Amino acid sequence: MNKDKVIEKEVEQARLYQNRRQFLSKLSIGIGSAALGSLLIPDLFSGKGTGGDRGVSMLPHFAPKAKRVIYLFQSGGVSQLESFDPKPKLREMMGEDLPESVRGGQRLTGMTASQATFPLVGSYYDFAQYGKSGAWVSSVFPYMANVVDDLCIIRSLHTDAINHDPAITFFQTGAQQGNRPSMGAWLSYGLGSENQNLPAFCVLVSKGRGNGQGVYAKLWTNGFLDSVHQGVQFMGGPDPVLYLSDPSGTDRISRRALFDKLAELNGLQFDAFGDPEITAKVQQYEMAYRMQTSVPEVTDLAKEPDHIIKLYGPDCLVPGTYAANCLLARKLSENGVRFVQLYHQGWDQHDSLPGQMALQAKDVDQASAALVTDLKQRGLLDETLVIWGGEFGRTNYCQGNLAYNNYGRDHHPRCFSVWMAGGGIKPGVVYGETDEFGYNIIKDPVHVHDFHATILHQLGLDHEKLTYRHLGRRYRLTDVAGTIVKDILV
Amino acid sequence: MRCFFSAKWLIGVAIILVAVVLSGYFLSVNKSGRSVGGAAVLPSVVDYNFHIRPILSDKCFACHGPDKNAREADLRLDTEEGAYKALVETAGMHAIVPGHPDKSEAFLRITSEDETMRMPPMSSNLVLTTYEVKLIERWIEQGAVYKPHWAFTAPEKVAVPKVDDEHWPVNEIDHFVLARMGEKGFEPNPEAEKQHLLRRISFDLTGLPPNEDQLHRFMANRSVDSYEKMVDELIASPAYGERMAMHWLDVARYADSYGYQDDDIRTQWPWRDWVIHAFNGNMPYDRFVTWQLAGDMLPNATKEQVLASAFNRNHKITEEGGVIEEEYRVAYAIDKTNTFTKGILGITMECAQCHDHKYDPFSQKNYFQLYAFFNNSLEKGLEGLVDSGPSKTPRLTITQQDVEDILKFINKGGDTSAVSVSVMGERDEVRPTYILDRGLYDSPTERVYPGTPEAILSFDSAQYAPNRLGLAEWTFSKENPLTARVFVNQIWAMFFGRGLVATAADFGNQGELPSHPELLDWLAADFRDNGWDVKRLVKQLVMTATYRQSSRVTERHLRDDPENIYLARSKRLRLPAESIRDLALASSGLLNTEIGGPSIKPYQPDGIWEVTSSGRGSLANYVQDHGDALYRRGMYVFVKLTVPPPNMLIFDASNRDMCEVTRQRTNTPLQALVMLNDPVILEASRVLSGRLLMEEPEAPLETYLIRAFRRILSRDPSARELTLMEAYYKGELDRYEGEPDAARAFLAVGEAPEKPGVPLAEHAALMAAVHALYNLEEAITRT
Repeated sequence: MNKDKVIEKEVEQARLYQNRRQFLSKLSIGIGSAALGSLLIPDLFSGKGTGGDRGVSMLPHFAPKAKRVIYLFQSGGVSQLESFDPKPKLREMMGEDLPESVRGGQRLTGMTASQATFPLVGSYYDFAQYGKSGAWVSSVFPYMANVVDDLCIIRSLHTDAINHDPAITFFQTGAQQGNRPSMGAWLSYGLGSENQNLPAFCVLVSKGRGNGQGVYAKLWTNGFLDSVHQGVQFMGGPDPVLYLSDPSGTDRISRRALFDKLAELNGLQFDAFGDPEITAKVQQYEMAYRMQTSVPEVTDLAKEPDHIIKLYGPDCLVPGTYAANCLLARKLSENGVRFVQLYHQGWDQHDSLPGQMALQAKDVDQASAALVTDLKQRGLLDETLVIWGGEFGRTNYCQGNLAYNNYGRDHHPRCFSVWMAGGGIKPGVVYGETDEFGYNIIKDPVHVHDFHATILHQLGLDHEKLTYRHLGRRYRLTDVAGTIVKDILV
Repeated sequence: MRCFFSAKWLIGVAIILVAVVLSGYFLSVNKSGRSVGGAAVLPSVVDYNFHIRPILSDKCFACHGPDKNAREADLRLDTEEGAYKALVETAGMHAIVPGHPDKSEAFLRITSEDETMRMPPMSSNLVLTTYEVKLIERWIEQGAVYKPHWAFTAPEKVAVPKVDDEHWPVNEIDHFVLARMGEKGFEPNPEAEKQHLLRRISFDLTGLPPNEDQLHRFMANRSVDSYEKMVDELIASPAYGERMAMHWLDVARYADSYGYQDDDIRTQWPWRDWVIHAFNGNMPYDRFVTWQLAGDMLPNATKEQVLASAFNRNHKITEEGGVIEEEYRVAYAIDKTNTFTKGILGITMECAQCHDHKYDPFSQKNYFQLYAFFNNSLEKGLEGLVDSGPSKTPRLTITQQDVEDILKFINKGGDTSAVSVSVMGERDEVRPTYILDRGLYDSPTERVYPGTPEAILSFDSAQYAPNRLGLAEWTFSKENPLTARVFVNQIWAMFFGRGLVATAADFGNQGELPSHPELLDWLAADFRDNGWDVKRLVKQLVMTATYRQSSRVTERHLRDDPENIYLARSKRLRLPAESIRDLALASSGLLNTEIGGPSIKPYQPDGIWEVTSSGRGSLANYVQDHGDALYRRGMYVFVKLTVPPPNMLIFDASNRDMCEVTRQRTNTPLQALVMLNDPVILEASRVLSGRLLMEEPEAPLETYLIRAFRRILSRDPSARELTLMEAYYKGELDRYEGEPDAARAFLAVGEAPEKPGVPLAEHAALMAAVHALYNLEEAITRT
């Protein structure tokens, strides 16, 4: 293109832009918050769905400790017995049957229900104590062991479900069955986004090398909330958000010309019909245009400095890996995304646990710890709540054939370990206690509803007041239960 | 439960209610009692149903309502007896003393200055507004008269109201609408322009835009019955059945995969073909639903009747290893119960799964009595793991012979092998049903038998068999107060964008009250008394003057009736997700109008199935279709439950996880991105622009633009629009002439073959112009 032509184009662009501005100002469009949804502050004050409640119209309910959440979900059910809850007794009793008194009528999955015996099995890996807190961590997590003084390890999580689908759904939505809103959708609904150009609720998915069970779009569903609160999945490929990239053979100038033309034509339609939906549509196109600029900027990991790449490990430059997703999560969160939900698949070790778990751990250990360190260095850990854990634990007895270096563990809902960091949670703490068999909780149980109540609390939300009225009933993330775990709060 | 709502009593109340309706009482009360657009004004006569019950239900019933286990102070306010009787905890006092707010303990408590005494308590997070308190006060002053819930008495045809303007109404519906409008001081909008009307009925009745021929014929036909002729033509077209099925597939949570964990393929699509066939054949609604509820139990059931019963097998089915079978078998029966109550009865029965309903007179026992109808199925909780087959016991096998002889509506797409469908089948020996404590499969308590909530209509065991067939007969009994109202309301919402009852899935105490109660009742009774004739109902609605109004919005509309409750205009509605795809395909000429058959896999962004998949089963990887399959209608796009088609979900399509009656209609930036960048839209732009250029190679630009407007927007452009579009085209032409590589890149989208000889830069520039038209708000809106 010759120089004159370029100048001519720029003049024309300026003129078009002027027209567009005039059009917009003529309509005096306020930001249609209802229409923008999770990309802005949601429709808090219309009273829609909440009529007369003391709930959503007064958000947040009190001063928040955390502004944002990054949830590193370890899908499949990480074994607590090979991670954060050492049980020497199981090594001593290797191969002996689980006493019926310990099992206490616990229901079993169909995979081990028909097993004649339940031989106990100790961890293949050794444990050691780390940091000032002296928390025990197994040898497969050397990086996390190094940041243990920043973590609050809860050993006493328990859940109602014993199969993957209902258990993950329970963790994400507060109910095992049914199309309820995901935690991120609740936060988008309750708090909106801090960034007008990014969704409030982003989802990142990766696969590990162990036995995986898949994840489901219903885990990041808006349920009965407005669909603008649905999680937006970020992908590893060329389109970080679906449909984000301009068509081939177009450029930003040609897109700008298109948007301006659309605004003018839509304006004519508005003149004819007076429907405010038309002006809202024009605004949505402007928002889309801004997202097309802001999302690639945020998702471009190549510009990260060497020390950051080193911190997360070389995998973080491979799109779609857990490490890359951890780094991306930091960037999204730093840019104001309210809830970043990662899923890493592959933690379902029904057999070959010693081999598989080492691979799984290798893929997540460094980047998980790096995220905590990175946030801390940036002064963001105080206001960002990081969570690491799966949907249930694993049995203390072996599923299938037992050898000291090869065994499997079935699903166990009664106790498992999860850690939290930052966001007003006490660092360097181990909370809750299980019995010497690693089967039952003996101190400070934390149910999934309690876990949800605590997270909402840190974000300044009263879990009993964050409600949405749907088909006649006021729904909560915590259903009709949930107690805040005050002991772990700073 | 006490038989408070006995049949005899109901009839008595119904007579009173009819008398009230006839006296025009409903017409005089405003739904909220608030003056439109101004300060709250108390109604002169406070009505229990319209003013008081919504407040009591929302703010009081949770602790003083139907749920006996949650009831506080042994006080219930949902019944007259409960509210009037002597209080247990406050000697000598009564919660409500008709005529005397100052002696009514309930009133004293809601107005107490003492926070520890005041109701509702702080801990409930509920508050009564001053206005609500005043309403309650006046209601007690006026005698605190209780009335039965409006939706639980059978609908009767009330007299059609007289209106001043006898010319405007086309049929009875318009009388009701005009009378209501008059009370609100609205006048109807003038009739919409013809081209808008055509596009409206075309999308509403077929889900497709009108073609150029229809547009030409309709615009040229000046006769008075041209509109009715076009309505008849559209209702008679096969696309009508597809459009009606779009709604029913949401109700029936239809999907092409099992939905849990590994989420493998299943073949329920022959049932979907049947639904289309049934709508096109105008199967009466009572038969349509009876076959779906109990087709397998009909005497000498045909294969078609058994196939219809697949409705109750469309829910998610697990193939996850290690699940406890009974837990899932129970979950399936619960899903069936919830789908029946929500989709067909329009009530939120699922609340009573764990405890007595807190707002409606449904006990947990009622819930499991209904559940008992669905608890005798032959199906298993877990029949096999992933790869164990696309149907589960009991199944119906459909052979090539069946398709040739009897099930001609099933489209096997040239595949001659048999296809099997999961259907219903009954055990010989009745499986006992128990109330499940908190809804948990392993906590059975009291044994119950098939039955229905007395508050709706008792299940007369002398009249009906205690099985699904009996339940179907009960559902279509003339006395059933809900069935007709609920369906008529769903269809109304389809054509007017909002139900007469806005909460189409909740006709209970917490649901919204009808905006036009007499009209709803009239329509329901008319539908029921005329053989449940769906096409007749649909035609009745679209023939009204109400429906044909212009959608021009005035400041008055926006201020006083933004939701268009009073129907003084037509509402512009964003097209459903399927129709957006259909618009692109039909207007570009790409549409493949084949009906039914296995669902298709069109263009989809890379990797979204793969990244979430466990890696097992035939749906681990997305294998896109090619050729004609790429151009099938939106309703045939493959629904993998764990990863539903993203461009559909972005436009508010149901995720088909559960029965869904009402879709949302949002407006988001992600929708803009789909219209801008989805290859479906870009390919349609390329193909349509190429077609225009090839069909009239020497024509002026204006001709191409006019035809593009007609095909996409079903109208001619204004002079101003033409000028704008010409300028845009010229800008793009300029650019593409200078950058032929960019032109080639822009055109290289989609698999539809390119006809040779189309000039490169012109094609790219016209493609950009066409693409702009698809991106207009008007394009994906029915005006």
